[in-house]
Amino acid sequence: MKELFVLAEHRQGELRDVTFEMLTKGVELSQKTNADLTAVLLGHNVEKFEKELAHHAKKVLIIDDARLENFNAEAYQRVLFHLISERKPSLTLIGHTAFGVDLAPSLAAELNLPLATDCIDLDFEGEKLVVIRQVYGGKVNVKASLRKSESYIVTLRPATFEAHEPKPRDGDIVKIASPLSEDITYKRFIEYFQPPAGEVDISTADIIIAIGRGIKDTENMPVVEKLAEALGGVLACSRPIVDKGWLPSDRQVGTSGKIVKPKLYIAIGISGQFQHISGMKNSDLIIAINKDSEAPIFRAADYGVVEDLFKVVPSLTDKILEEKH
Amino acid sequence: MNVIVCVKHVPETAEAEIAIHESGKRIKTENLVFDINEWDDYAVEEAVLLKEKLGGSVTAVTVGPEDADGTLRKCLARGADRAVRLTDKAFEGSDSYAIAKILYKAIKNLPFDLILTGAQAGDDGCAQVGVVLAELLGIPHVTMVKKVESIEGLVKVERELEGGLEEIMELKLPALLAVQTGINEPRYISIMGIRKAMKKEIKVLSLKDVGLTEEEVGESGSWITVEKMFIPPVEKEAEILTGGVDEIATKIVETLRAKGLI
Repeated sequence: MKELFVLAEHRQGELRDVTFEMLTKGVELSQKTNADLTAVLLGHNVEKFEKELAHHAKKVLIIDDARLENFNAEAYQRVLFHLISERKPSLTLIGHTAFGVDLAPSLAAELNLPLATDCIDLDFEGEKLVVIRQVYGGKVNVKASLRKSESYIVTLRPATFEAHEPKPRDGDIVKIASPLSEDITYKRFIEYFQPPAGEVDISTADIIIAIGRGIKDTENMPVVEKLAEALGGVLACSRPIVDKGWLPSDRQVGTSGKIVKPKLYIAIGISGQFQHISGMKNSDLIIAINKDSEAPIFRAADYGVVEDLFKVVPSLTDKILEEKH
Repeated sequence: MNVIVCVKHVPETAEAEIAIHESGKRIKTENLVFDINEWDDYAVEEAVLLKEKLGGSVTAVTVGPEDADGTLRKCLARGADRAVRLTDKAFEGSDSYAIAKILYKAIKNLPFDLILTGAQAGDDGCAQVGVVLAELLGIPHVTMVKKVESIEGLVKVERELEGGLEEIMELKLPALLAVQTGINEPRYISIMGIRKAMKKEIKVLSLKDVGLTEEEVGESGSWITVEKMFIPPVEKEAEILTGGVDEIATKIVETLRAKGLI
């Protein structure tokens, strides 16, 4: 029977959420295409993940090798090249994460298998694999088909599919000898590095005033600082503000920054790239101020204001201060 | 240190209104402003910083139509020494894989110690070209690079993971680094710099020049083909507060008061 691979992603002793999101989608696709769902686990001393994965999949393939302990695209690619060439799964799902983007394109090129990255949905239409992706910063969706092949590779955008608790299965656990014969010489993992924390922890704040590119210049910061002060909130931001060095990196909300869930989140001049949205979408109340009515942030917000922030924010600050007096 | 930097000429869409072209397979670009892909801008700056520190040269390469000269001129103005544009009717419809093949053919015989690309492009967001290119060239790669710590035989980088975590990786040279935004502060380009760049030559190469066949590029040489583009369906939409600025501010205050937030 054909297999459908899901590559388990883990880091620092934890399976990452995207693994279960892919397994949930994998169950659906494997049923539809009559394939066996196989979780592929590469690592070192990873016994503790076996049972959890076997709960979701028909089979868990395990390759244990000290050289696979920390993610290294060179080592992972060699092992997966071997596994996919040999077993020819109809599809291999990999997370579109820092791990997946470093691995999937070179693996697909080496195997000469078609690849689609950062997909938000996928389906087999007969033997043809069709995917949905987002382009132009989430303003447009694309439906695309992959070149016909007996085996495909797709990376899935994290936090897109809900991970469901499956009907408990008791998948077979299959241990395979590591195919790595030589040392990994071109690329070496040295260590993890966590930048030191700053004074403010935005992930515990009740009120967050978040700014994006729309603030235009660091000289305009007082406009939003005053609003934050009036509301007793903290300032946070989207990626471009940290890139420009206007706020420290621990104020960044999103996939590569912090996940927040305050009582109030006011997004000011933020367009709403998915990386940002996934960091704040679970806030209790979201108000977005942006002059572009098509900005994706309005699809995440409860209330929207399509206006020049430099007009609305000072007026709002004044009214809040009046209200408090 | 001879550095090759791969760049892409893309439409700026962050604040623009977007409409789907009648074909349903692309967006209308007539009214959009094109510029260097944001990630690539950081890659060019990093290349120039390395050249300033270690000597050598910087070559900017792009696949695109004649208009892409605008992006190459920007690279030259920023400090690149040479620019190469790969242009051919047959390249149209190429996906990331086909683009990587074109770049590979153009780059493989050039002398280089390092290749820099952006981690992704702001238009299609595939994040593939650099990594596929490295594979075709048979050199190691690392993506999401936030900092080049040292470079001497080996290159040591800080790489961005999720949730604020980073990792340190070390690669043998020659290598390819796909850089993340914020790795540096792209310098201001003066009018003088742009004028000077206008005088520099841009080398143009075609399908034949790089030794590819029509089947290897365009749609036939691609992994994926666009079937249709569409505006995303609205699952949830904010209630838009309307009226004058003061009126809007009052409505927000009322909402906040009702929720006990002020």
